[in-house]
Amino acid sequence: MNLRSAVAVLATLVVVAVSACAPEDESSGTPSPSGADACSKDKLALKTAGAFTVGTDKPAYAPWFTDDDPANGKGYESAVTYAVAKSLGFAETEVKWQTVQFNAAFAPGPKKFDLDVNQISISEDRRKAVDFSSGYYDVRQTVITTAGSKIADVKSVAELADAKLGAQVGTTSYTSLRDVIKPKQTPAVYDTNDLAVQALKNKQIDGIVVDLPTGFYMTAAQLDNGKIVGQLPAGGQAEQFGFVLEKGSALTACVSKAVDGLKADGTLAKLQQQYLTAEGAPELS
Amino acid sequence: MSDWQPSALQLERLAYRRRRTVRSGVIAAVSTVVLVALLAVGIGSTPGWPRVRETFFNVERGWEALPVVAQGLWLNVRVMLVCAVLIVVLGLTLAIMRTLRGPIFFPLRIFAAAYTDVFRGLPLLLVIFLLGFGVPALQLRGLPNEAVIWGGAALVLTYSSYVAEVFRAGIESIHPSQRAAARSLGLSHRQTLRFVVLPQAVRRVMPPLLNDFVSLQKDSGLIAVLGVIDAIRAAQLETAEDFNFTPYVVAGILFVALTIPLTRLTDWVARRQGWYGGGGGPV
Repeated sequence: MNLRSAVAVLATLVVVAVSACAPEDESSGTPSPSGADACSKDKLALKTAGAFTVGTDKPAYAPWFTDDDPANGKGYESAVTYAVAKSLGFAETEVKWQTVQFNAAFAPGPKKFDLDVNQISISEDRRKAVDFSSGYYDVRQTVITTAGSKIADVKSVAELADAKLGAQVGTTSYTSLRDVIKPKQTPAVYDTNDLAVQALKNKQIDGIVVDLPTGFYMTAAQLDNGKIVGQLPAGGQAEQFGFVLEKGSALTACVSKAVDGLKADGTLAKLQQQYLTAEGAPELS
Repeated sequence: MSDWQPSALQLERLAYRRRRTVRSGVIAAVSTVVLVALLAVGIGSTPGWPRVRETFFNVERGWEALPVVAQGLWLNVRVMLVCAVLIVVLGLTLAIMRTLRGPIFFPLRIFAAAYTDVFRGLPLLLVIFLLGFGVPALQLRGLPNEAVIWGGAALVLTYSSYVAEVFRAGIESIHPSQRAAARSLGLSHRQTLRFVVLPQAVRRVMPPLLNDFVSLQKDSGLIAVLGVIDAIRAAQLETAEDFNFTPYVVAGILFVALTIPLTRLTDWVARRQGWYGGGGGPV
């Protein structure tokens, strides 16, 4: 064996290993919303003077909207939007709706709307492209099933413990399934929600734990005879829907203030009760 | 003969060989120690190492995840054991079907050939999805609905096609003279197969068979896509909690810990049974 070449190889290895690059600096800027008290109607920087322009996608689904018509004030998001408009001083007739594709709503760049409402979850990544108001809805976990399954008429969380339930891996849905329902059978865990839906259709599981918006979609679009069993008691996680505004919009602080006000005076809770709980997503005791 | 002494030349030869052996041993040891030490120092001094150690080799986190991952592994073990038996039986049957001679057995031969072609070609994941979600979707009465059963069936179908080919290679490697000799002793075709060909064939293909079973053990985790929680899925769930990857490492260690004794056991059995015959073995 050639000792010299072996030493050379080792030396090279060490040099390569040691000279690995230093970690990058991580810097983060903190956005500073202007909390000025300039939220009276005439001082707002609107896209169209005298009108409150609101975007949403088409079709607009229940229970967030009713009859695919955002302007009728029915459905949770429509109702919240009118409540926000009202607290900013707009009359119902001054709210103008326009169709904005879901993805276009939080694409970077200038917007034609003052704000967009479309079940958009607030996330730090999206915050790089757009502004978000305070959350107007805390996403809740629900259990869904098909009509006729053994958990279709369950009224309490305790009754779910005997069921075979599924959830998607790595989601807060799974955490709720494990920690809130505490099932006796090992839960089924799927890579995607679509696989869970397939298993539910096959009756391989009794129900799926998903967030409420996904639950509404699954029961309406993906399942025949889909049924929302109910919402689980609120957990600690805090995924929220927020209004989307143009990045750096002068309106953001005002809209957030309006949302916070509606939350504080119980309007949001009342509207959730009216449009979500009563619309087939009861609370599980 | 007891007063025989090695010649001076032979003694010198032996001493020289001993010196060379010692020298080789020392060089090998020093080189290994130096390499390991340099690697440890080299990796340990990289700027990212503390984070890597925290993320992948956190002993405390691993210890915490161990019971859950081990519980998942128990599923892998059960699936593997049940499937292994079925795979050997089915694989051997297919191999024999394929090596039968005579025109009357043509349909069996063609079936076995088609079977191995299809299931060796289909990706395992596809077979698992087809059986695991497809069959229950038929909603047939009397058929089980459980994901584990259909996932296991997919493993059996796919792996028996590999194993059938291994067995066939073993059977066809037996020299024709063996068959001829057996038949000339008055053994029937069936007896020849049973007492002469198969025992030798199985011995010869032991290593590749073991290979397939180690592979099966790992692929048993693929049925997690059907919703069941095996070792890897359990580790994934743990990792999703805090983005610490140590549970995966724990699962890896458990898998390796399962495989190595299995290999050694098979080697030991093979040696004991004198299975290293024919092909050579230790001389």
